[in-house]
Amino acid sequence: MTIDNANTNGAGRKRRGWVRRGPCETAAAVLIVAGIAMMMQPFSMLLYGYSFVTILTGTLGFVVVSHFPK
Amino acid sequence: MASTTPQAQPAARGPRGFWMRASTLSDRALAWLCIAPTIALLLAINIFPLLWTIYLSFTNYRANQPGREIKWVGLKNYKRILGSEDIWGYMQTTASFVCTTMIIQTALGLGLALLINRNFRGHGFWTTVILIPMMLTPAVVGTFWTYIYQPQTGIFSYIVNFFADVGPLDMIGSVAMAPWAIVIVDTWMWTPYIMLLCLAGLRSIPPYLYEAAEIDRANAWQKFRYITLPRIMPFLMLAVLFRGMENVKMFDMVVELTSGGPGSVTELASINLKREAFEKWKTGYSSAFAVILFVTVFGLGSIYVKALNRVKS
Repeated sequence: MTIDNANTNGAGRKRRGWVRRGPCETAAAVLIVAGIAMMMQPFSMLLYGYSFVTILTGTLGFVVVSHFPK
Repeated sequence: MASTTPQAQPAARGPRGFWMRASTLSDRALAWLCIAPTIALLLAINIFPLLWTIYLSFTNYRANQPGREIKWVGLKNYKRILGSEDIWGYMQTTASFVCTTMIIQTALGLGLALLINRNFRGHGFWTTVILIPMMLTPAVVGTFWTYIYQPQTGIFSYIVNFFADVGPLDMIGSVAMAPWAIVIVDTWMWTPYIMLLCLAGLRSIPPYLYEAAEIDRANAWQKFRYITLPRIMPFLMLAVLFRGMENVKMFDMVVELTSGGPGSVTELASINLKREAFEKWKTGYSSAFAVILFVTVFGLGSIYVKALNRVKS
């Protein structure tokens, strides 16, 4: 029972650690910057085609993760 | 008792009754009551049009044919925009315009602020003179710069020819020079804005920091690098954020100057958006285009605000 509790707590702690705002915000910001670079670059039409999806994912992600605990 | 109740009710319904009821409201309820009109106005003016634009972006709606059946087309408008080489080109033109103007304006704005921050005779007068272009309407600025840029009679061509004999200089009609023509005008108009924000940052630096740096024998560059720049960075970033967002949406000045020409060399995304919406009347398509631009600016603004908070802290 004690071991189970410890495992559960450990998993919970791990999850809480992963859901922290800082790294998630950074990941979303990287997506946004990558999307904007894809949209404005003059080299590949394929990248341009996927740029909006990338920016949208990043922006929505940013809005969501900015409500996560610090 | 029964006769007094009907007389008391009208009195309670009057203005005095309203204030009596209002005085019994909690602080929270009173706060909501005060901001409710603003929220209602915000919803009507900002949020509703935004949601309506998002809805229209999934339809084939045309504003010049209001009686036509509105058909749901799903992601077709988005696919067309993201598969169009022309729109891709307009995005590159916009990016090039935004990056060039931001780099030049930030450098000049910061330089001017550092100069104006020194105490010299007529400092107030020159600050006002520098700020004048910012106070003008972009459409007016665009119109009078078309006269300044006239190859035969314009003063710009005259000044350039005074220093270098290159003949009549057609800034607006030349494919090579037209992008620089709009960059020059935007820089002329908006550098004072960046200067003003930088100046506010410079004025907020306490002098004792420089005195302490002098005691430590810091040179001019070290004072700038370790005192001035970190202190004005939030102001500078704020200025770049505002100008960057405005320049992505830049429309009126460029329309007055070049109308997107020659060809489509200066056709920014916002100018093409206006053509699609109000010349070709493809409202659904242009709504999708507007949503793409909005999400781009919103995303950029979000990370910029995050960076700003980090710099401030």
